Amino acid sequence: MKKKANGGTSLHLRRAGCYVVLVLLSVVCLFPFLMLLVNSTRHHVDIQRAFTLIPGTALLRNIRNVLDNETILIVRGLLNSLIVATCSTVLSVYFSAMTAYAIHIYEFKLRKAAFVFILLIMTIPTQVSALGFVKLITALHMKDTFIPLIIPAIAAPACVFFMKQYMESSLPREIVEASRIDGSGEFHTFNCIIAPILKPAFAVQMIFGFTASWNNYFSPSLVLTKAENKTLPLWIAYLRSADFTKFDMGQLYTMIAFSIFPVVIVYLLLSKFIVQGVALGSVKG
Amino acid sequence: MYKNKKKKHVSYSKWGYIFMLPFFLVYSFFSLGPLLSTFYYSVFENYMSGLNTIGPNFVGFENYVKLFTEGDLLKYTQNTLIMWALGFIPQILVSLLLAAWFTNSRLKLRGSGFFKTVIYMPNLIMASAFSMLIFTLFSNNGPVNMLLQQAGITTESIHFLSSTAGSRGLIALMNFLMWFGNTTILLMAGMMGIDPSLFEAAEVDGATPFQVFQRITMPLLRPILAYVAVTSLIGGLQMFDVPQILTNGKGGPDRTTMTLIMYLNNHLYSKNYGMAGALSVILFIITGALSLVVFYFISKQRKN
Repeated sequence: MKKKANGGTSLHLRRAGCYVVLVLLSVVCLFPFLMLLVNSTRHHVDIQRAFTLIPGTALLRNIRNVLDNETILIVRGLLNSLIVATCSTVLSVYFSAMTAYAIHIYEFKLRKAAFVFILLIMTIPTQVSALGFVKLITALHMKDTFIPLIIPAIAAPACVFFMKQYMESSLPREIVEASRIDGSGEFHTFNCIIAPILKPAFAVQMIFGFTASWNNYFSPSLVLTKAENKTLPLWIAYLRSADFTKFDMGQLYTMIAFSIFPVVIVYLLLSKFIVQGVALGSVKG
Repeated sequence: MYKNKKKKHVSYSKWGYIFMLPFFLVYSFFSLGPLLSTFYYSVFENYMSGLNTIGPNFVGFENYVKLFTEGDLLKYTQNTLIMWALGFIPQILVSLLLAAWFTNSRLKLRGSGFFKTVIYMPNLIMASAFSMLIFTLFSNNGPVNMLLQQAGITTESIHFLSSTAGSRGLIALMNFLMWFGNTTILLMAGMMGIDPSLFEAAEVDGATPFQVFQRITMPLLRPILAYVAVTSLIGGLQMFDVPQILTNGKGGPDRTTMTLIMYLNNHLYSKNYGMAGALSVILFIITGALSLVVFYFISKQRKN
């Protein structure tokens, strides 16, 4: 009896300790974004004067200033980012599922070799071929177009691996056999019968693909140079290289908020799927 | 009958190739081709001298020799590894702790969904914007310095970015914040895969939570820990956005935060293609070797 009571209090103590650490870590994670949110609502002069966590009243003014800014085209950047991220995500998810499906369903000679190849290249960074990539798109006159940022998304090895893992857990081969007996063609089977089954995997990979493209700074910086083509990360880099002291800080915070909060909102809406999806594309022990 | 069946089988295998074709076409054109041409450029001398282009002249392995003797390859490798380790060590420790707590059935922590959502969030934030935000918050008269002065902790503003420790510390902090949530989730998946009867048996034998962690969780988690470490190192070698934006591409102070990819980026911008090529090949060899390790882990798991 006594022993049990002791175990109970120590468990309570441990639990309290856990909460303290978790709350502290959450505060550290959220603090920069809270500051960002608060400072986007404040007037330049107030931001320069003192630190506070109380929101100001200049949010609309800051947003109008960002929209009216004729040198730093944040809205144009937002649109460009949206176009590139949406197109590349759709292509990457669809063709990755198709590639994984080929390896999962069909029996053919190069099947194993193809999968081994995809696993091997999965963790090799794109940066190591950046030089050849730049030379190639320059030769093809593709600089300052979105094509070199969108089309390569068709070959996304990590996404293929994720899809393959998902298919192994939830796509029985019998479905394909059954639809063949019903006279469905191979493409029809994939698009109309298999794709709906893969919806949860599509959802997870769409979020990951979209954020990866939205946040990508390295490749667009090699491809896009004209102001009207720049994506958001390039404008962020521009902000950093400009003379910092002459900036309206309220506007600066609002610009950063423009690039961060769209993803945060999508994440908060879909966080359950995302957190579940993280472990599926990796080794679990 | 038999013949007919066999024919059908062959006709289906054709579809396997058709479905894979787009992936391999695009990969060959935009990745494999450029990778091979990068190898090719690495043995040519080709750079800008003022407005004149020098080369391309075939020079064999001269670029590689130059890279190791004249450049600061070693220094930048060191910078990259130090900043990676500064972020990774706290990351793995905190993640282990959190994963153990979240999966502990006796602790029954409430709101774990909320905490997981919060700690994973920084991973999806645009690294360049996050870096810009941290730069602004920690600038000489930014909010953090104001807070420290208002709270009476310091009287003068701290110049975080003028010191090596400050800059590296901030970069490591960002890497930590961006990745510890991800690592926690991976380790949780690993811990949930451990047979619960092992924990029950240990409890019956009167093991303390620390003993359980040390004797059961850790040994069984070793493969996934190694996997996390190797993938993190591959990611660390690609470190670019955060230090590039934080230091405006300069890697300051005195290039102590210049990473390997920043170095590569500088060569690409100054059109020193020979050196950029040689550096890329070295990076390819290192990340390729590490990728083999990852491949080993994945194929080992898939066999089970």
